[in-house]
Amino acid sequence: MVDRIADIWGTRTPFGRGELWPVRVDSKLEEGLDEADVDRWVQSACVLCSNGCACDIAVKDGRMVGIRGRSADTVNHGRLGPKGLFGSVPGMQSRDRLTRPLIRVDGALVETDWDTAMGRIVDRSTALLAEKGPLSHGFYTSGQLFLEEYYALGILGKAGIGTPHMDGNTRLCTATAATAMKESFGSDGQPGSYRDIDDCEAMFLFGHNMAETQTVLWARVLDRLAGPDRPLVVCIDPRETEVARHADIHLAVHPGTNVALLNGLIRELFVNGWIDDDYITAHTIGVDELRSTVERWTPEAVADTCGVSAADVRQAARIFGTSERVLSTVLQGFYQSAQATAAACQVNNLHLLTGKLGRAGAGVLQMNGQPTAQNARECGADGDLPGFRNWENPAHVRELAELWGVHVDKIPHWAPPTHAMQIFRYVEQGSIELLWISATNPAVSMPQSARIREILDRDGLFLIVQDLYLTETARFADVVLPAAGWGEKQGAFTNVNRTVHLSDKAVDPPGEARSDLDIFLDYSRRMDFRRDDGSPLLDWTGPEDGFRAWQECTRGRLCDYTGISYEKLRDGSGIPWPCNDEHPDGTLRLYADGHFPTELDRAESYGHDLLTGATVGREAFSAMRIDGRALLKPAPAIPAHETPTAEFPLRYTTGRTAYQFHTRTKTRRSRQLDRAAPSAWIEISSADARDLGIAEGDIVRVSSSHGEIVVPARVGGVREGCVFAPFHYGYWQDERSGPDGRPSAANELTRTEWDPVSKQPLFKVAAVRVQKVADGRGPAPAPTTAASRPSDPSVPPTIGGPDAEVVETVRPTAPPLTPDDHRDEGAA
Amino acid sequence: MRLPVYLGLLHGGERALAESFRQVADGHGDEPDVLSLCRTLADQCDRHESALGPIIDRYGEQPDDEPERFHAAALTETRTGGLGLLRDLQDVYLLATLVDMTWTLVKQAGQALRDDELLAVVAACEAETAVQLRWLSTRMKQAAPQALLVAS
Ligand code: SF4
Repeated sequence: MVDRIADIWGTRTPFGRGELWPVRVDSKLEEGLDEADVDRWVQSACVLCSNGCACDIAVKDGRMVGIRGRSADTVNHGRLGPKGLFGSVPGMQSRDRLTRPLIRVDGALVETDWDTAMGRIVDRSTALLAEKGPLSHGFYTSGQLFLEEYYALGILGKAGIGTPHMDGNTRLCTATAATAMKESFGSDGQPGSYRDIDDCEAMFLFGHNMAETQTVLWARVLDRLAGPDRPLVVCIDPRETEVARHADIHLAVHPGTNVALLNGLIRELFVNGWIDDDYITAHTIGVDELRSTVERWTPEAVADTCGVSAADVRQAARIFGTSERVLSTVLQGFYQSAQATAAACQVNNLHLLTGKLGRAGAGVLQMNGQPTAQNARECGADGDLPGFRNWENPAHVRELAELWGVHVDKIPHWAPPTHAMQIFRYVEQGSIELLWISATNPAVSMPQSARIREILDRDGLFLIVQDLYLTETARFADVVLPAAGWGEKQGAFTNVNRTVHLSDKAVDPPGEARSDLDIFLDYSRRMDFRRDDGSPLLDWTGPEDGFRAWQECTRGRLCDYTGISYEKLRDGSGIPWPCNDEHPDGTLRLYADGHFPTELDRAESYGHDLLTGATVGREAFSAMRIDGRALLKPAPAIPAHETPTAEFPLRYTTGRTAYQFHTRTKTRRSRQLDRAAPSAWIEISSADARDLGIAEGDIVRVSSSHGEIVVPARVGGVREGCVFAPFHYGYWQDERSGPDGRPSAANELTRTEWDPVSKQPLFKVAAVRVQKVADGRGPAPAPTTAASRPSDPSVPPTIGGPDAEVVETVRPTAPPLTPDDHRDEGAA
Repeated sequence: MRLPVYLGLLHGGERALAESFRQVADGHGDEPDVLSLCRTLADQCDRHESALGPIIDRYGEQPDDEPERFHAAALTETRTGGLGLLRDLQDVYLLATLVDMTWTLVKQAGQALRDDELLAVVAACEAETAVQLRWLSTRMKQAAPQALLVAS
């Protein structure tokens, strides 16, 4: 038994380059139970981060009682992390689940039945459509539903109502990943595979605190680091994270200077001849402009702007340039910082310039934050058309019209789908009057919380919130719909390296809660949305109908699901798309042949100017004759808009801890996780703490021009001049929707600004001031196990005790094989 | 030679465009993207203006014979609301097209003169002005349906 609160990543199973990652099966059952007590195991995958660890849910007497990693799955080889182990089941089974619909009567939310609640929605929706038309409706969904649910939502919004105002909270976490891939490769679609960790000689983690955001993926890296021929690790992050502690080079750049650093790395590749001219000529366009754009970024210039040493810049570039197999991963340190898309595209450029793409160990993982973010992007529930179709391509819109049996002009395609921040702006201005929020909590997760609360509270707004619990956001609603969640419904979803998993229903939802899919189908039925031939727009009877409809939508597209079925997803491993007749076992890596979906009729996007987000347009794109090559898009580095001042001298960034997910709607319901990271804190460097007279655990006020929080300080490993706050800590545990004098949500301080291309909000650019307000009563409630490790060695370590003991079975079976291994076997 | 007239037009045009972008940024600060991008683009216009400096030092600049032609010049105030944003962006767009065409014409003259220094300045600036136009058009297209159909 291993205390997996104290040891986040679990027992090491070292392996060497090119070997298969050994299996280790992690399982956690309710106290007093062992496997013999379990009635049945139900197949699923974890929904508490984007990693997509396959698992089985233990069921006893009609209740979920535990979880076990699936040894046969290529994603996690049996492992689970602390959130999956301790949060999955308790997160669903708390006594305060919503079990009946609520409607607002005389200002208060009261219980009602489904007919009454849905009736209210349909009345308002019908009246608004008649009076103001489809642009009065907005939908804001999640990165945590199943693909069938997103696709249903996409269809009813686009072909039922006809509104462009649909987005997901994926806008906050992965919009830049999708956009950077569209800009460079012509389409969304992860090029690389987790398998590349096993084969690489060097790893670059760009703003990606993998040790806490995807703990099981980091365990795979740790196992390589503990084995023979360990890969070199380069970490780009202003914090002293676990990744930084294991790195050969840590480039602790000033927040907001990522493009300058990347331009410097690219310049070194050119200057030292570490580029692959043949690959560049055959498979890319734009090299000359890129070369001249990076020209001024000498290592010294980078050192000056980014606050790192020129020697480290040279050395990092040398590692990239001279290692045969390099894997890069990118996450929020890039996606939520200044020039987000521009910076993420430069990572793609490193790989395109050196031809390090589509081969074992050589690739890019533009990461996601949430478990089903990939599906929100694929299925048309966020600001994209389903199946990676291009809203600027009339043929693509026509295909959708045919699939859905509606006139092509019913589907909004006159402008890009409206992004989340703009949807909230239209609500603020009163032109969107019905907002339907599913499975997300913007009152805590969106920037500038005070403004978002005002918007949600606006007179004249009809707000529908569909969730598991009465979140901060739900407290503002006119109608609250109780949703069934993980283990209580069936559906498929896709993780960050394109692996599709099926999640089966293990138990019935509590009370009258219904799956999000049933709710959307019910709304569509009640609104009487129809195809042009008079038949119902959505006639699915359940998720599997939805999956089949989705397969048709993806036929021939990059994200081709036609070779996957529920049946095929049972028992073995998840399957990475594209999976079709040509690739019956799925596809490990994209772009092995250096051919990219940039033909005029295939591209998901015709691209944007990286500085302004101006669209390139079909004609200009066509004139470039890109024809299957990738685009080397350059970006000049520009200074951040909000820089520290005398009044607000420190830079503020936000992020997550390994023990909590999002606004803690699920993870706080877990004893073990809640104890490990119970409440909010901020992190400050020892030097700044000394200057400000702050000691470990002291209560501080952090203020920006937008608001303040008052929380204990952890004196630890952030860069001097920076302050870090975890973004998980809202107010619902005190039954409040806002601070009421006790502000703790990291977004009280952030401002509303977004990347011009991906429209992802910039959570990592605010300027703040920190003042001590009271002596502490003990250390800050921050874990000691990862990036928030204290400088003060006397702070007691974070442990879970007997409650957190997990059974780990090391190497019970041989490691699972990937599609490529199967192919090799077939060939042999 | 009348090139100095066109250099003067360009100089004044970039300055008016910079002022107008700033005016829109301040007047529509509640639109965060408009605020930050208009500031970025105003800075870009400033750089265009200073890049023209050495050229104007050589050729001089003459006042326009028809000063009224530029009187649509800089925005001096902004409107409010969704429709107001659309109108203001459209005013800036008009000004930017004028500047864009002026760059084109100055470039023609530069080619005839075989003035490499002038051509280098045009090359650096004209593409950015084109992107400014594209951004304005992208943003207006995005805003139009909501502003024209549902906003009050
Ligand atoms: S790494 Fe992510 S998917 Fe895997 S168990 Fe942890 S939270 Fe779940």
